[in-house]
Amino acid sequence: MAELKYIEGYPEYMYQLIQRVHETREKRKTFEFPAMTKEEQEEILNQLHPDNISGGNREISIGPNKGEMAVNQIVDLLEAYPLIEEGEVDLTHVDYTPDIMIIGGGLAGTTASIWANVQGVPNDKILLVNKLRHGDANSIMAEGGTQAADREVDSVQRHFLDTMGGGHFTNKPDVVRALVEDAPLIMNWLHELGAMLDREENGDFVEKWGGGTSIKRLHSCRDYTGLEEFRVIRDEFRSREIECIEHFPVVELLTDGKGRVSGAILYNLETGEYKVVQAKATILATGGFGRLHIRGFPTTNHYGATADGLVLAYRAGARLRDVDTVQYHPTGAAYPLQIIGYLLTEKLRTSGAQPVNIDGEAFVYPLETRDVEMSAIIRECYVRNKGITTPTGLIGVWLDTPMIEVKNGQGYIDKAFPGMRRMFSRYNIDMRKNPVLVFPTLHYQNGGVETDPWGHSTLEGLWLAGEVSGGVHGKNRLMGNSTLDTMVFGRRSGISAAEYVKSGKDFAALSLEHTKRYVKMLGEAGIGPQRRSPMLLPEYRGKAALARMIDVF
Amino acid sequence: MKAEQNRVLNSQEIMRRISTASKPIVSGVEEKDVEHWVTIYIMGKGYKVPADLTILTAIEYAGYKFIRGCGCRQGFCGACGTIYRKKGEYKLRTGMACQTRVEDGMYLVQIPFTPAVKPSYDLNKEEYAVSTVFKYYPEVARCVSCNTCTKACPQGLQVMDYVQAAIKGDFKAVAEESFDCIQCGLCALRCPSEIVQYNVAQLVRRMYGKFGTGPVPAYVTKRIKEIAEGKFKEDMDRLTKLSKQELEKLYSERKRESEYKETKDSD
Repeated sequence: MAELKYIEGYPEYMYQLIQRVHETREKRKTFEFPAMTKEEQEEILNQLHPDNISGGNREISIGPNKGEMAVNQIVDLLEAYPLIEEGEVDLTHVDYTPDIMIIGGGLAGTTASIWANVQGVPNDKILLVNKLRHGDANSIMAEGGTQAADREVDSVQRHFLDTMGGGHFTNKPDVVRALVEDAPLIMNWLHELGAMLDREENGDFVEKWGGGTSIKRLHSCRDYTGLEEFRVIRDEFRSREIECIEHFPVVELLTDGKGRVSGAILYNLETGEYKVVQAKATILATGGFGRLHIRGFPTTNHYGATADGLVLAYRAGARLRDVDTVQYHPTGAAYPLQIIGYLLTEKLRTSGAQPVNIDGEAFVYPLETRDVEMSAIIRECYVRNKGITTPTGLIGVWLDTPMIEVKNGQGYIDKAFPGMRRMFSRYNIDMRKNPVLVFPTLHYQNGGVETDPWGHSTLEGLWLAGEVSGGVHGKNRLMGNSTLDTMVFGRRSGISAAEYVKSGKDFAALSLEHTKRYVKMLGEAGIGPQRRSPMLLPEYRGKAALARMIDVF
Repeated sequence: MKAEQNRVLNSQEIMRRISTASKPIVSGVEEKDVEHWVTIYIMGKGYKVPADLTILTAIEYAGYKFIRGCGCRQGFCGACGTIYRKKGEYKLRTGMACQTRVEDGMYLVQIPFTPAVKPSYDLNKEEYAVSTVFKYYPEVARCVSCNTCTKACPQGLQVMDYVQAAIKGDFKAVAEESFDCIQCGLCALRCPSEIVQYNVAQLVRRMYGKFGTGPVPAYVTKRIKEIAEGKFKEDMDRLTKLSKQELEKLYSERKRESEYKETKDSD
C-alpha cells in the first residue's frame, strides 16, 4: 500500500471529503434537523440499539437475579469462581478496623468519605481503598457538566420528568427524587469547596442544554468538569487526612454469614499480599464496566472499569437491576487511531456542532437522548452507507465542530473546549477549522446494584454510590446526571453509613460463608471453574508477547 | 415473519462489522496488519512496536501489564507522566504516555508517583491573600524563574508564569493559567527549587473559586431554601406515585425552554 498523504492531520481522501462539510455549513447554520417522534425513536432503538439486537444478553442462571437478563460479559463475571479459595486466607488476623470502609476513590467514594467525616466519624475511622490511584476513575473524565435545577425558570419537577423520560420510565422514582432535590445543594457545596464553575458576566452559572433535557440546566467547568470537581473534592479529602490506601483492590467482600456485610479482603497488586478489613459499614463506589468492551465496542472508560463491584455485591447476596442495558456515547473519536473511542463531550453538540454524513448533510437532531442519537449514527454508517471509512476500516460520521464558532463566535472553542482542542492538536487536527470523525463508544453502566434514596443496597451494612448502583438512571442515563449521581449519593451514603455507625452498631463476624454457598450454586448449575472474577484489570498485552510468556518464579 | 428474520440478521451483521472494525483498539493490533515499526527503549530495553501506537499502548504491546502509570488512558488523570530522550539528542522531553505517539529511538521512563508535600487546610479559616500561599508553601519564594517547569508540562501550561503570579498574589491569573492542570507531577520533579507547583495551584484555585468568583448565585440559595421548606413536596409526592402512562403523558407534553419562555412572554 502506498504511503498516505496527510493534509491538516487527515489522509488526503478524508480531507477532500471534509470540503463537502465546509460547503454545506452555511446552509446548515440556520437549519435545525427535526427531532424524531416517539414512534420513530422506538423504531430506531428497536432496530439498531445494541441492547435490542439479539446476541448481546443472556439469562443469569444463579443468585438473587436468577432468570433475569443481563449483558453477556456481566453474566460471564457473575458465573465465575472467586479469586480466593477457601482456606487461603486467615480471617482471624485483621489488618484494618475502620468504622466505615469506602471502596473506590472516584467522585462518589471520595464524597462519601468526606461526608462521613462531616457527620462526625473521625478521619482515622474511615478508610478509602482504591484499586489503582485515588482518582483513577471515570469521574475525572466527565467533560460536559452536572445538572441541577436551580434557575427560577427551571424546577425539580422538570428535572425529575426529564430524568424519568430519559430512562424510559424504568428509574426508581424515589431515588430520582433524591437526585433532583439534592442537586442545587451539591452545586452550592462545590462552590463552597472552591470549584471554579463557569460563570456568566453577571455572576450567574453558565447553564447549557443536555441531550434529552427540556431546559438549560447543565453546569460546567470548561470541558474539564469532572476533573475540576474531583480535584477540589480530593484536595478537601486530603486536607481532612482521611486514611487512604492505593493499588489495593477488594477481591472479596466478607459477611457475617447471615446477610450483613462485615468487611473485605484486599489484595496488594504489587506484592501479592492480602489484607483483611473489618468494617461496621461498607460503601461500594467502584464505578462501571466500560473495559468489558461489550459487543466489541471501544470505550471512554478508565483502565480499571471492570465491573468488580457488581461481582462483589452479587456474591454477597445483593440484588442487581437494569444490567441488561448499556449506554453508548454517540460521539466517541473515530479518527485518528490513537484516540478511537475517546469521549467527545455532548456539550460540543449542545454548543452547535452537528453530526453530518459523507455528503455534508445533517441527518439527526443533535440532541436526541444518547441511545437514539447513537442508533441514528449507526444507521447512517451501516444502513444508509453514508459514513466515512478510516484507513483502519472504522466507519464514522463527521461532527462539524467549526459550526460551534460560527454560532458562538471566534475563540469560543479555546475557551470552552481546551481539553478537546489539545487532544486533537496532538495529531495535527484543528477542530476549529475542520470537523472531527465520530462513532459511538461504550460509555456508561446504566444499571447496577439496586439502591434506594439513601444508597442502601438490599444487604445490611452495604451502601452504594455512583455508577455501580442501579435504579437512579433506569435503562438510560441523561447527560449531566452521572457526576450529579456520584455527589448526591456519595453524600447520602456517607451520611447514612455514619448514622448507622453512630447508632451503636458494632463490628460483625468475618466469614466467607457467602462465597462458599455461591460456589456450591455454581457447581449445581453445572458451571465449571474456567472463569474467575472480579476481573480487576483488562488484558491489553500484545498477543505475540503473551504467546511466549512463561512463569518461572 | 420472514422480513422480521431478515431484520434481525442485518442488525446482527452490523454488530459483527462494528466489532471487527474496533478490534485493533479493543484486543490489540495483529502483527500481520502492521506496516510500520519503530524501536523504543523501555528503561533501556529495546522493543520493536507498531508505529501507530501511543507510548502507553506500545508498552502494553511489548508485553507489560500496567499496575501503575496507567489511569484514564485519555489524558485527564495524570497517571502516565513519562520522561524520554530521543536517540542522538541531549534534550529530556516529557509527555503523557497515553497522549504521545511513539517515535523511533525513544528512551522511556514512566513516573507514576511524585513524593510531594500537600498540607492540610480549612478554606473557611484561611485569609484570601498571598500570605496563605506563603504559609503553606513558603518554598514558592525560592523560584529562580528558570522555566524548567513550563518546559516539562505535558499540557503546555505556562507553569512558571503562574508560580510568579502566585508570589505576586494575582490569584485570577494563577487560576486561569493552571486550570487545565492534570497534576501529573512532572513540573515538581524537574524544579530545582523543589516547589510543588501543582499543589500550590490547587490551593490558589480553590481560594479563587470560593472567594474570587463571587458568591453562589442568589437563585441557587433560594432554590435550596424552597426545597428544604417543602415548597415542592406535595407536587413531588404526587409525581413519584404516578403510573408509567401518566408520567409518559406529562413527559411528552412538557415544553422545551424556548417555548416555555414564549408562553411566559405572551402572558
